[in-house]
Amino acid sequence: MTKQHITTSVNGESVEYLCEAQQTLLDVLRDELGLTGTKEGCSTGDCGACSVIVDGNVVCSCLMLGAEAEGRQIETIEGMATADQLHPLQKQFLEQASLQCGFCTPGFLVAAKALLDKNPDPTETEIRFWLAGNLCRCTGYDKIVRAVQDAAAEMRGA
Amino acid sequence: MPSIDYVAPTSVNDAVAALAAASGNGRVLAGGTDLLVQMRTGQITPQTIIDIKRIAETREIAESDKAFVIGAAATGVEMSAHNGLKTTFPGIVEAMDLIGSQQIQGRASPGGNLCNASPAADCVPALIAAGATCTIAGPNGTRDIPVEDVVTGPGQTCLSQDEFVVSFTVPKPPPRTGDAYLRLIPRTEMDIAVVGAGVCLTLDDAGVCQAARVALGAVAPTQVLVADGAAALIGSTIDETALNTLAAAASAACNPIDDKRGTVDYRKKVAGVLATRAAQKALERAKA
Repeated sequence: MTKQHITTSVNGESVEYLCEAQQTLLDVLRDELGLTGTKEGCSTGDCGACSVIVDGNVVCSCLMLGAEAEGRQIETIEGMATADQLHPLQKQFLEQASLQCGFCTPGFLVAAKALLDKNPDPTETEIRFWLAGNLCRCTGYDKIVRAVQDAAAEMRGA
Repeated sequence: MPSIDYVAPTSVNDAVAALAAASGNGRVLAGGTDLLVQMRTGQITPQTIIDIKRIAETREIAESDKAFVIGAAATGVEMSAHNGLKTTFPGIVEAMDLIGSQQIQGRASPGGNLCNASPAADCVPALIAAGATCTIAGPNGTRDIPVEDVVTGPGQTCLSQDEFVVSFTVPKPPPRTGDAYLRLIPRTEMDIAVVGAGVCLTLDDAGVCQAARVALGAVAPTQVLVADGAAALIGSTIDETALNTLAAAASAACNPIDDKRGTVDYRKKVAGVLATRAAQKALERAKA
């Protein structure tokens, strides 16, 4: 019944928090750490709005307990931009209007970053398969896919 | 929701002790892609969550001369990245990879897929076809049983409340062995199987089938091992006659439900078709 005392790394910084056993990593990020960029959509792992990167793998933070994060390396949307510079993916999403309401956008950006971390030159098919776990009801996806392709090209220096 | 406990034991014995201490109110957490959803919707209300991912044996994928040992909590991403496993049993890896999105693949595990005990679990027919066993730990040590003996009905397994699956062992097959898993879903990706079919077969150097196993998913309360379907392949060159007999055996082995994904008749028909196609794909791989 006692709260769990967790020490983990979020966006490269060591953080400590107390959480209840049933609190998800999403609950912890938003409610304990004040990192509200990660969104709660379905809470059942279907929509991808809560995507974060844990030890290099993109996962739904609604399907992971906060208590499981002990000693992990977590990356959230808040870690993508530097103080004065957007990540190329963020820049391309803005330039190509790859968002309308914006609710799914942090999840898409984090998932796309996880893809480009592993595969700097994905095909359109690979991008669409990789992002199939992120749902967007506004854009129709084409603009998102193009933004990822162009960000990848920019990051490769092409 | 009432307050609950979370423990992350680092040894098999400690996990068994934690399960025993929870006296039936403990739930094992592997990838959590089913468990956390079931907790959230109130389907289950565990008192203690026992996270098995800090136990080395549940996380490793080890290859020896004799077998692959796949930790129950290894993830889909890790299985897809294991070249030895992918080369020897592409059917198992492809079956696991069919489960959910990239986000789900980063967490979902074969142990969870088995113990969630859905009739439609994708990696289970592939493991059964490949002749996999699983190692179950409990208070009296470990026991190894065939994967097909674990699930006893939808959401039900033969495990007692203080037991959990530690790992799967898939024996290395003889030369000229191939496996395949195919499933039918109403959309193109990310859905629950209407029918799943796994086939693993071995040829001799003349191309005659020496051994075969056929398993179906989503067509009965548990996965079904289709022994007479396999018998139809053994001794044949997997010709049309053998495949027709296999299809009839697969259809006859079904005991499906009618639901929004498919009717009884449709599932029976598709089971025959998918078993045939999986056998043809396994055959190509055995010849390669």
